[in-house]
Amino acid sequence: MTDQTDTKVPSRAERFFDSDLWWSFKSHKSAVGAAIVLALVILTAFLAPLLSPQNPYDLAALELWNAELPPIWMEGGQMPYLLGTDVQGRDILSGILYGTRISIIIGIASVAVSLVVGIGLGLMAGYYGGWIDNVLMRIGDVLLSIPIVLVAILVSSVAQQFLSPAWREAGVAAVLVMAIAMYSWVQYARVVRAQTMVERRKEYVMASRLVGTPARRLMLKHILPNTLTPIFVAATLNFGLAILIEATLSFLGVGMPPNQPSLGTLIRVGNQYLFSGSWWIVLFPSIQLCILVVAVNMLGDWLRDALNPKLR
Amino acid sequence: MLAFIIKRLANAVFVMLSVTFLAFVIFTAVGDPVDQMLNEQATQAQRDDLRERLGLDDPFLVQYAKFVGRAAQGDFGISFRNQQDVLTMIGERFPATFELVLVATLISLVVGVPMGVITAIRRQTWYAEAMQFTSIIGVSLPSFVVGIGLILVFSVWLGWFPAFGRGETVDLGWWTTGLLTPSGRMSIILPALSLSLFQITLVMRLVRAEMLEVLRSDFIKFARSRGIPARSIHFRHALRNCLMPVVTMTAMQIGGLIAFALVTETVFQWPGMGLLFIQAVTFVDVPIMAAYLCIVALIFVALNAIVDMTYAVIDPRLKGADA
Repeated sequence: MTDQTDTKVPSRAERFFDSDLWWSFKSHKSAVGAAIVLALVILTAFLAPLLSPQNPYDLAALELWNAELPPIWMEGGQMPYLLGTDVQGRDILSGILYGTRISIIIGIASVAVSLVVGIGLGLMAGYYGGWIDNVLMRIGDVLLSIPIVLVAILVSSVAQQFLSPAWREAGVAAVLVMAIAMYSWVQYARVVRAQTMVERRKEYVMASRLVGTPARRLMLKHILPNTLTPIFVAATLNFGLAILIEATLSFLGVGMPPNQPSLGTLIRVGNQYLFSGSWWIVLFPSIQLCILVVAVNMLGDWLRDALNPKLR
Repeated sequence: MLAFIIKRLANAVFVMLSVTFLAFVIFTAVGDPVDQMLNEQATQAQRDDLRERLGLDDPFLVQYAKFVGRAAQGDFGISFRNQQDVLTMIGERFPATFELVLVATLISLVVGVPMGVITAIRRQTWYAEAMQFTSIIGVSLPSFVVGIGLILVFSVWLGWFPAFGRGETVDLGWWTTGLLTPSGRMSIILPALSLSLFQITLVMRLVRAEMLEVLRSDFIKFARSRGIPARSIHFRHALRNCLMPVVTMTAMQIGGLIAFALVTETVFQWPGMGLLFIQAVTFVDVPIMAAYLCIVALIFVALNAIVDMTYAVIDPRLKGADA
């Protein structure tokens, strides 16, 4: 019936490299720079066991006579401790690589959890309306009217009280993920809900409903794809925020414990030696944290502008 | 408009009820207060007697209602750790936090507004671009890292400012202030600066956006054609029309700053409410945690409600509309 054209169907990759988004990415120096930096940070963090000179969790590898060594370019610095060591003789660089990995994993996990919860509840609220909508949006209002740090600190510290010692290790990370996700799902739910309420009345949804498509399939396969663009931007920016909140909680002492340090924990520990002259213990993890968050935010900023139809 | 105000108030009350509910759940979830108040040798009869007096045998909702009733009268019980009245403890720390937030807000306006104006009227210049770029970084930097950096540079390396504490304070009877002594003034600079950094970038971006909007309007074009000097146009005509949203945002952000001050207070060991709260968290001193949550939420919610209602009074478009 239809004419077969000569042009072959472009593959997904080809379509991506031909898209406006890729073009916009290439022409934004700051976005490309941020992406490269972010890729490097993530890559080194996940290759930490291969790259780092020392396993910071292995207490047997620590030697106390190597404690508080300064970075390699200063007098007294020693190989292989490029960025120096802390008071227990732990290599700072290795600690940072492993710590970044923990920070990134918690960031990704909390974004994933809040995405699933937020999208699910948002679709339901927008599609069904009525009391479900009312209840969900009221809960969201309340959460947004309490300062976010406060909620996260309370949830994290109270939930940790209930962890049995055996579950402590894995549990703390899970509690942190929950504490962060508890706040951020509201944003996704609101966006998806608003978009769903618009899409629900459109003809393609009506038609699909008429054919007898079940509500779940209708929501997930038909409505959801049309709500994803703003969600994508919000998720990128929230990834940066999640890493920040995790670091803040760990810094305040209600996050990751010192035997499983994230970047925030490293900064908390290093902060105690600020006045003893060992500034490198706190400075390098702080720089890494800043690089990570700034790179994510710059990427998010670009994405927001690139996907904004008003700015095209 | 009356309907709007009532609606807004009802919303605020609902939020506060939810917050006190959260505080109450934490209160009951963490440990049995009877165990913490009586010693090991207490007999069962003594325990039952205390349970009875504390009302712990009442149904859950009755207990909650009593908790709200007491909280509304400012009675949050006594601290588990040092047996003092919780509200008195928080009250003693409030001036420190308030002064910190006040100075941080002032800094953010004094620095942020001119930066916003400059980035708006000198858009193509390198320094405006540099400021724009710095503002992205300013939003991203974690507040505690900024604080540590300030301490490292200005206290440890240069030794210009004290790194922790509030310096000497003057007791005015109902308020202790650090702003009247030289050491107190020196002490507040670094913490206030680190707390205000995020705020500076917010103010700057807002002023810039508003200025760009206003500069496009007809009355500015008219002023230009009348030959009024650019300086006067920018600062007397345009800027004035930008200040309303800035004032609104500043007022709304004060609640957030009070809450966020707890991070700054921890970095600088500033003896405010936030530090008290963080110490209470480490010792699981639940009455203080619950009281702090309620008080900060109250300030936060009240400020937002007042700003919204002021808007309804000022802005005629909101009259009659059900928002």
